[in-house]
Amino acid sequence: MTDILQVDNLSLSFGGIRALNDVSFTASKGEITAIIGPNGAGKTSLFNSISGFYKPDSGRVVFEGADISRVAAHRRAEIGLARTFQNVALFRGMTVLDNIKLGGHGRLKSNALSAMWYLGSARREEMQLRSEIERDVIDFLEIDHIRNQPISGLAYGLQKRVELARALAMQPKILMLDEPVAGMNREETEDMARFILDIQEERGITVLLIEHDMGMVMDISSKVVVLNFGEVIGSGTPHDVRANPEVIRAYLGGGHDKVVPTLTEEAAT
Amino acid sequence: MNAPFDWIALAEFALIGVFSGGLLALIALGFVLIYKGTGVINFAMGEFMMLGAYFFYTSHVMWKLPMWLSLALTLAAVAAVAALIERAILRPLAGQPVISILMATIGLASALHGVVDAVWGGNNYEMPPLLPRKAFTFGEILIPGQVVWSFILAALIITAFTLYFRYSRTGIAMRAAASDPMTAYVLGIDVRRTQRLTWMFAGVVGAVAGIVVGSMTSLSPALGGAALGVLAVIILGGLDSIAGAIVAGLIIGVIESLTAGYLGGKVRDIVPYVTVLLILLVKPYGLFGTRQIERL
Amino acid sequence: MRIRDFHQSYAHDEAIWQTPTSRLWLAALFIALLLFPFTANGYIVGLACVLGIHVIGAAGLNIMTGYTGLISLGHAAFMGVGCYTAAWLGQRGLPFYLTIPLGGLVAALLGLVVGIPSLRIKGLYLAVATLAMQFILVFVFREWESVTGGVRGVNVPNAELFGIELNNDFRMYYVIAFFAVLLLVGARNLFRTRIGRAFIAIRDKDISAEVLGINLFRYKLLAFAIGSFYAGVAGALLGYFYRAMTPEYFTLTLSIFYLAAVIVGGLGTMLGTILGAVFMTLVPELLRAVVSFIAQWAPRAVEVLSPMQEIVFGLLIVGFLVFEPHGLVEIWRRVRRFFHLWPFRA
Repeated sequence: MTDILQVDNLSLSFGGIRALNDVSFTASKGEITAIIGPNGAGKTSLFNSISGFYKPDSGRVVFEGADISRVAAHRRAEIGLARTFQNVALFRGMTVLDNIKLGGHGRLKSNALSAMWYLGSARREEMQLRSEIERDVIDFLEIDHIRNQPISGLAYGLQKRVELARALAMQPKILMLDEPVAGMNREETEDMARFILDIQEERGITVLLIEHDMGMVMDISSKVVVLNFGEVIGSGTPHDVRANPEVIRAYLGGGHDKVVPTLTEEAAT
Repeated sequence: MNAPFDWIALAEFALIGVFSGGLLALIALGFVLIYKGTGVINFAMGEFMMLGAYFFYTSHVMWKLPMWLSLALTLAAVAAVAALIERAILRPLAGQPVISILMATIGLASALHGVVDAVWGGNNYEMPPLLPRKAFTFGEILIPGQVVWSFILAALIITAFTLYFRYSRTGIAMRAAASDPMTAYVLGIDVRRTQRLTWMFAGVVGAVAGIVVGSMTSLSPALGGAALGVLAVIILGGLDSIAGAIVAGLIIGVIESLTAGYLGGKVRDIVPYVTVLLILLVKPYGLFGTRQIERL
Repeated sequence: MRIRDFHQSYAHDEAIWQTPTSRLWLAALFIALLLFPFTANGYIVGLACVLGIHVIGAAGLNIMTGYTGLISLGHAAFMGVGCYTAAWLGQRGLPFYLTIPLGGLVAALLGLVVGIPSLRIKGLYLAVATLAMQFILVFVFREWESVTGGVRGVNVPNAELFGIELNNDFRMYYVIAFFAVLLLVGARNLFRTRIGRAFIAIRDKDISAEVLGINLFRYKLLAFAIGSFYAGVAGALLGYFYRAMTPEYFTLTLSIFYLAAVIVGGLGTMLGTILGAVFMTLVPELLRAVVSFIAQWAPRAVEVLSPMQEIVFGLLIVGFLVFEPHGLVEIWRRVRRFFHLWPFRA
């Protein structure tokens, strides 16, 4: 089992507020790693630092053995980091299909001239992209019925799925999902969990997951990293983390035993 | 070298520049108010200036009303126009992309400019001098009185606004609404009212600046262009900082005065625009601008 | 009614003209474009030439503003650059089929000069930078007399093809129509590919475009350069059409005219570009007609013609933004939707 992603001593602050303090963890290739923690713990800031939006004050991000701390966000996408956002970030002026095609952006090569005349190469690669997407993404995520609809009319659950589709179309090595099931009902959550598992098992894509739904996190992830106030307070298998007293304190303010059932129940409601 | 360098002339140009920078800072204040309130550069700022100058000319020179009455009428009229614009254009566009609002101010500028041109014609009007003309002397340096007085006037108005925003209830509400409209709304601040006030204040500031500029030069539809020259000031100042607008106003004032003095008036017209491009190249966020942390 | 709309391949699904009916319409339109000058009088042909140029100019601005979300207030000045470049090269004996694209190219290069400093920051700054460029360029047009002829203007030699002087509107019509169709098809194709999608992504949410691997700065710059290229070509054609140009033609008012055209027509659609260009070509003509009609009784009316234009352009921009932000194209779509199902549902 090798580490595909390694975060070393990452620190980040906005003005006087420390969003991340000396955060380190690793994600193993082909596994699902979950990042959990109370609201404001710094989970999304951590994602933003990994995908290159925030420039950390110190520390580094290592991907496949190479330090990518200084690599621009769009380049990180090209080398295999894909992500979704906590508040869906789809392009509302486009159809579902065009949104998903954007995921293929980095793999296509056509330049402005060949694109404007839709010449052989540009045409060929667009057609190839289309059939790849239909086969690997649209059929897989069962969204063929909405491919030509505009984003704005879609139900929230479907929008989340389209965003996942767009990330998949990037053919990433790491898929970073920021609360993929937030606001979904039980059935939608189970669908999404199944998709994530399929992505990991069938395609061997490493998944990094931020999620509050403890039931899902504990079920599907092989490793859990717990953040609180910008610091890692525990990490390990779901089983270890569940038993970690510090984690329990962070979630419940201390004092409780028999915390684990409460934790899962709370999340399930 | 045949003639020794004239240091006195240099000092004089520089000092004139500093003093005329006051007016630039005042116009910049109008831009900053709108930028903080709405998130756009109000391209119709120059048209507020024009309206102010032409209204004042009409009531004071054509209708021969006393100066103070004319001034009061003019400011009230421009404030009313600004409030109307806020109600009819800005409010329906609330929530639209910033680019739509920006384009709307461009359209507004074009329409207002046309109205002034159609109503008053393209002729030059002579305005009576409002500020004392008696020159100030600093040793051998001579500064025209109007320039110094315009500086003092601008300084007074800017100070008054700054105090208002810092200490008055409404001023604080306006700042709150500008920095986070949603939270301000939830806290019980009437965001619509603060938006309207922002536009009215910007209109009044523009009108005062327009009257002063008009009285120092003359009145023609070209007056609206004066505000566009101030773009250099707000870019250098960083768009959202009043302190930046003041410092940048003085700097640009000096630059303009020096180029006018040494390169002639023709070149002076494009100096602000060349300066804009240079600033963007060298210091894109301006001297005091907030470098925004983009939220996802 | 819309029929034969059942797609059997991805290529078919991706085609622009999907039904046989729409392809038939396209062929009819093409023939109409070819035969049009034979049926119309000189005034109308001249108007069609101006329209063609406006379509190209508006298409360029729409690529920047409508599709990519970048505002240019210097579009007219970039047209001027294309015009003066073509004139200068034409005077040195280069044929028009080279000077026109070269005019576009020089405009695009100059676009990079403005775009590089301003596009590193927010889109707002491009508006300011292009406005600055608008004034600087008009200043240059006026002062650089050896190239631009100063305020007296520049003469553009006649275009010539196979020994035929293209010295009247009728002949220029085909040149303009050729470029207009070529560039419109080019723009339309652009938005079927990765590049066009990247532009729209930047407009809709420029940060999340970045996580998809889109280099924001490079693509904004590309959009701006393509838009400026279109402006340059339009300006060069304008030169060959009028055969003499002065700096006064390329002022801020024309930039605002084009902004009005893309807003009125519909931001982010090529059909909107055409509708907007048609509409805006007719507006000044209509205004002129109205003013000369009124001038029979009130001779002063002629003086307010140019302020009237400013007012109308401004009100069109504001009015459409507030009341019909998707422009004429939305009205057109409403009408079309009605007929798709007609006569089964009214």
